Amino acid sequence: MIQYIAIILFVFGLYGLLTNRNVIKMIISLNIMEIGLFIFIISVGFVYDGIAPIISSTADLGLLYVDPLPQALVLTAIVIGVGTTALALAFAKSIHNKYNTFNLDEVEEKL
Amino acid sequence: MKNLLGLLISVALGILIVLALDVSESFPDFGSVEVSERVAEEYFDEDNVNEVGSGNIVTAVVVGYRGFDTLGEVTVLFISALGVALIIGSSKNQKRLDLKFKPNFMLKTGSRIVFGIILITSLYIITHGHLTPGGGFPGGAMIASGMLLLYLADDEFRSNIKGFKILEGLAGSLFVVIGLLGLLLATYFLQNFLPTGAVGDLLSAGIVPIIYILIGLKVGSEISGVIDNFLTEEESA
Repeated sequence: MIQYIAIILFVFGLYGLLTNRNVIKMIISLNIMEIGLFIFIISVGFVYDGIAPIISSTADLGLLYVDPLPQALVLTAIVIGVGTTALALAFAKSIHNKYNTFNLDEVEEKL
Repeated sequence: MKNLLGLLISVALGILIVLALDVSESFPDFGSVEVSERVAEEYFDEDNVNEVGSGNIVTAVVVGYRGFDTLGEVTVLFISALGVALIIGSSKNQKRLDLKFKPNFMLKTGSRIVFGIILITSLYIITHGHLTPGGGFPGGAMIASGMLLLYLADDEFRSNIKGFKILEGLAGSLFVVIGLLGLLLATYFLQNFLPTGAVGDLLSAGIVPIIYILIGLKVGSEISGVIDNFLTEEESA
């Protein structure tokens, strides 16, 4: 179920990216796509009745845990996502400073 | 017309993804994964857990097994912060953006009290990254959110951005220095050269908490610098 939601989020983001010409809305669509991907990757490591992969002593090692590797990879991906979003927003701010609009169609007219 | 085409492409791609994963034999059903057949089995091996010494296995993967990857990740964040500073411009005479309202005394004082609580919580999250959920990245983001609160609640506040730059460079260099120490004292880059202690203690896992504290300081100062860049503009005098 949650995997379908993740794919739907990804598709929503793609639709927003294809149809919007506003830079801020495009960046937000990209972020929605990212969130869909993150949920999907984490869901790949989920196990029913599994608990969070945190042990308090080595005696706990026999319990059933979820897969920690997708979570670690998503941690990396989230940080990269923050970096790219900050950079994209900086581009959007400089576009707005120069052309006084966020809409790419209006920017093209002024070129 | 354009919207309809976009909708068709998106829906077609979604259906394609669902069908491809549904048919695929190697893609497991949701929730019925055999962790013992995956790489994760090695992470829960008792010898390996004692070797890394981190109670939080995700931290063990991020900082222990994949420490070099994390160094690259921190570098990407550094480059994006550098790019933001270059694009928005960080010339000498920057002034911060005006707020649309005049903050009163209660708001300014209250935000400083909340900032203290946020800072203490984020330091707790950073130092307990190898025992509890959390670590350097969320803790650093919390520090930056506290700075954002101060910026939004006080119209005269401006953080000491030079100090943040120094802290950021120092933390990044120390990360590399610890990696090189691993190369000198042990056999390979970023190898754990400190005693790991008992799993579950605060002082355990060797270099993992040290690296996570450095990452927390670096991420916090970098995102605070990005926030400062966004909330200032060149003086139009």
